[in-house]
Amino acid sequence: MAVPNSESLKSNGTYLGRRIARSDGVAKVTGRADYALEHDLAGTVHAVIVESTVPSGRIGNIDLAAARTMPGVLRILTHADALPLKSCPMVPAGSVMESFLPLQDDRIRYNGQPIALVVADSFDHATEAAGRVRIDYKTELAVADIDDPTATLIDVPGAPSSGLARGDAKGALAAAAVRMDVVYTTPREYSCPMEPLGAIAAWGNDGGLTVWMPSQWAEGARRAFSDWFAIPMNKVRVVSPFVGGGFGVKVTAHADSLLAAMAAREMRRPVKLALSRPQNFTGNGLRPAIRQKLTLGASEDGKLQVLIHENTSETSVDDDYVEGGAATARVMYAVPNLSSTQKLVRVSSFTPSWKRAPGEAIGAYALESAMDELAYKLKLDPIELRLRNYASQDPESAKPWSSRRLREAYEAGARAFGWERRSPEPRSMRDGRELIGWGMAGGAFPNVHTPGEARVTIAADGSIEVASSGADIGGGTYTILAQTAADALGVPFEQVRVRLGDTSLPRAPVAGVSQIANLLTGAVDKTARAAREELLTLASSHAGSPFKAKRVNDFTIKDGKIAPTDGSAEAVMISELMRMVGRDRIEVTRNTMPAEKASSEAEQRDAYDSFKYMGPPSSTHATYAWCAQFVEVRVDEDYGTVRVRRMVGAFDCGRLYNPKLAESQWKGGMIMGMGEALLEAIHIDRRYARITNNNLADYVVPVNADVPDIEVISVGEPDFHASALGGKTVGEIGVVGAAAAIANAVFHATGKRVRDLPITMEKLM
Amino acid sequence: MNNFEYVRATAIPDALKAVARQTGSRFLAGGTTMVDLMKCGVELPSALIDITRLPGLDTIEAGPTSVRIGALSRMSDVADHPTIRKEFPVLSESLWRGASAQLRNMATIGGNLMQRTRCSYFREPGVYGACNKRDPGSGCAALEGINRGHAVLGTSPSCIATNPGDFAVALVAFDATVHVENGKAQRRIPIDDFFLLPGDTPDLEHPLSSDELIVAVEVPTSSALRRSHYLKVRDRESYEFAAASAAVGLELEADGRTIRDVRIALGGIATRPWRARTAEEALVGRTFDEPTVRGASRLAIEGAVDHGENRFKIDLAPRVVARALLTVGGIT
Repeated sequence: MAVPNSESLKSNGTYLGRRIARSDGVAKVTGRADYALEHDLAGTVHAVIVESTVPSGRIGNIDLAAARTMPGVLRILTHADALPLKSCPMVPAGSVMESFLPLQDDRIRYNGQPIALVVADSFDHATEAAGRVRIDYKTELAVADIDDPTATLIDVPGAPSSGLARGDAKGALAAAAVRMDVVYTTPREYSCPMEPLGAIAAWGNDGGLTVWMPSQWAEGARRAFSDWFAIPMNKVRVVSPFVGGGFGVKVTAHADSLLAAMAAREMRRPVKLALSRPQNFTGNGLRPAIRQKLTLGASEDGKLQVLIHENTSETSVDDDYVEGGAATARVMYAVPNLSSTQKLVRVSSFTPSWKRAPGEAIGAYALESAMDELAYKLKLDPIELRLRNYASQDPESAKPWSSRRLREAYEAGARAFGWERRSPEPRSMRDGRELIGWGMAGGAFPNVHTPGEARVTIAADGSIEVASSGADIGGGTYTILAQTAADALGVPFEQVRVRLGDTSLPRAPVAGVSQIANLLTGAVDKTARAAREELLTLASSHAGSPFKAKRVNDFTIKDGKIAPTDGSAEAVMISELMRMVGRDRIEVTRNTMPAEKASSEAEQRDAYDSFKYMGPPSSTHATYAWCAQFVEVRVDEDYGTVRVRRMVGAFDCGRLYNPKLAESQWKGGMIMGMGEALLEAIHIDRRYARITNNNLADYVVPVNADVPDIEVISVGEPDFHASALGGKTVGEIGVVGAAAAIANAVFHATGKRVRDLPITMEKLM
Repeated sequence: MNNFEYVRATAIPDALKAVARQTGSRFLAGGTTMVDLMKCGVELPSALIDITRLPGLDTIEAGPTSVRIGALSRMSDVADHPTIRKEFPVLSESLWRGASAQLRNMATIGGNLMQRTRCSYFREPGVYGACNKRDPGSGCAALEGINRGHAVLGTSPSCIATNPGDFAVALVAFDATVHVENGKAQRRIPIDDFFLLPGDTPDLEHPLSSDELIVAVEVPTSSALRRSHYLKVRDRESYEFAAASAAVGLELEADGRTIRDVRIALGGIATRPWRARTAEEALVGRTFDEPTVRGASRLAIEGAVDHGENRFKIDLAPRVVARALLTVGGIT
């Protein structure tokens, strides 16, 4: 896409590292960004899902008589006549997050499950007819939620955080001078992307399927459609140039896009399926409700001896989803003895899934709250307690950190916040009828890396196109890739056009686990340098070039002009050289697969269509982003309402490719943490095992009026163990620690330790 | 959403004729409630009579003895009316604290009085069969359901749905009248008679007959209205219904401390906007100070009954009343 923002840009500098506004911003705010459901396709008909209104049992008789006679109705699909589907393996082996396939059998797994699909000539006709489908159920007992008295605990051997242990936790606990055990509970949560789920699907005469859908992982969705419909990968195209918020919801394809494709095949015409907002609450996995028990043992002087993390979380009837909360606990402190265990509770819900910073967000809430409680118990400043337990190497692997400027984050955050002016006693700070509380917490988020592929094209006019199927989920991929290519090639930022989110482009893995910025800048840098080399090879050796007898290394490209570095000849515009050497384009595609794997198509497929190649970027070092967050809350003494008045976050995320964009990610994450701490909770009516607040009026997230000025500080330095260009993970770390810092501030304000999120007024009154 | 007829009326008699023509017709003004409830399948009108083009119904007259607000005035226009803002703060504040900017720019004052409850069980007819408000005699799923937001005052075994209004709370506190007409006659309904308690008939929310149109709301001015305030407490700072709210007004004697007139109404806690006359009576003639105000405020909640999750409202509401009064009385 075009890059309009050129104000204050100089073309003589390095673009990476500069505060450049998002290149897709103008298109988005003027309505020109082509979101999936706005795609206009001739002959499109509309599909609306009929959902179950009971949580468990079997579908009995389905009476379609009334619905079929409604105006505009073209077709109604049910499990009785829907196309049989094949399954796609779940991640990490495959590319879906739930095994459930709609309309394949008569079994009801959760309240809100798709059980019929009405296709009509308009959305309104389809909606109205959907309301007339009459379904008899043979209901069975459901398990509503984690606290349902009929719920049973199950073990998950082999789960990522199951049975992990170091040292002798039991023995160390018995020997510890100070002991503490606490249970923290967090409710089911919904990610609330502004853009709802939905898709437009169309089948071509050649048996090919094209799906326009918002996706954090177009290649993964392509794999899913290929598997579900048993058609070759190259017959599927997924188009997702813009994503209106993902936060995990759009990592994998769900029943909505699948049903659109199924209906389009049945109807032999394009089908659009847009979930209503209530349907979005059951159209993808939510963060499950979680119970975390933390047991800490420490010496009198605050040295942690042992940490035991016992996690219980919800999963669905079909699948074992594990939200491993112990990840932060394992790396945050130098604690010699540790154990973490995981249990699941099967509830009648959609298979739970990722919400931004899965595991870390909730794990850090518990860990950093427990550290705060321990600090009070030991009468230590919360920062001092953390410094006494500072991990100088990875306590898990004993590898050195690639970088860990967490100490600097504590210092910079505390300084900016004015932490030294804090009076440590709870209830000791107030302003009129408001109690003031200051709290802090730290956080960690692992760096992961997956190979990626990119194409860089130098056109005859000297403009550059960068192409990848990777997503811009709002973090700024379009912008930083243009910065990367501009730097690598020596051209002005405005000359670079970036195309993303389309499987007809070179392949990329998921925009998840905050990896996409690092892996794609790496891939684009490598590819752009290869394109540069090809260009300079022409400059040095082509008969038409004015620079004969020079070597590639003797040239500089600056402002889009090529010149010998020694100044021995006049500079020539890239476009001019292209004309002289008779080329209308230079096109280079490269990937960052390990060299020994790069030639195997099967390995490549694994890299882009599964999570098999996702892993730590370094074998020699442990690589994490780190943060320290500081919060001031005001609690009204009468109402118990908590308002966040200040937030300061200090982050070590390595080199920032674009500080303006990174800061936006941090702030957005911190605001999401505010929602988790104070507002967000799915309400489930146990009688129906159904979500009652399935809309954005009743599921409350922070609004602008709730959000104070947020100060964010970067304390990072380039870390080339973490990524090719020195950046660490940015997108999710802002969430990590935010809820704990707020909860700790609430305790400081009120003297009440609320261990059950969200901290709503009735818990403080 | 069902198919329906759409009629755009250009004069009040036409609108009233159109609405009488077939049963199940509804007026459409800003649409912020009507269209929402149509999408939920709660409202299934046979015809929508669009009254937004009716002339003369969007005037705001802030006179010396009363404020008369045309039914088609937009929430935001009333909230931002210079005289109302300056002279009668509670009317402006209660509107500003309702809904969101976008909704306030669409929603009308007449429609605001007609807005219906946010009860989840009311709003999902395809799922919850039991709702006496929607389907008389079917029961009430909220009684033993998720009811943190439900009413603790004015409830009945048939219904505990909260009236969601803010502006209506101010109207109840200051004895407004609702002007309606049916083509033949006009009548004025005192605001206390306009919102019905659920009793055994929670489906009946107002005394309007199906051929009557709200044309205006009139609020008599008073010293208490000039010294008034709307306080709304909720989980987040904006765009949320009240956990508890209070519209209050205060007039002191010449001594500056004896209460001559006081108005108290509560929102977010009752099945209708709730006037707290007992609390008012307990305060008149008393000296305005914090202990007195807090003591009397507790009377505002007498008779309250909770259903579990909403128990906190019984503690919260008197505090909101007290703080609203203290604010208006200058004790902050």
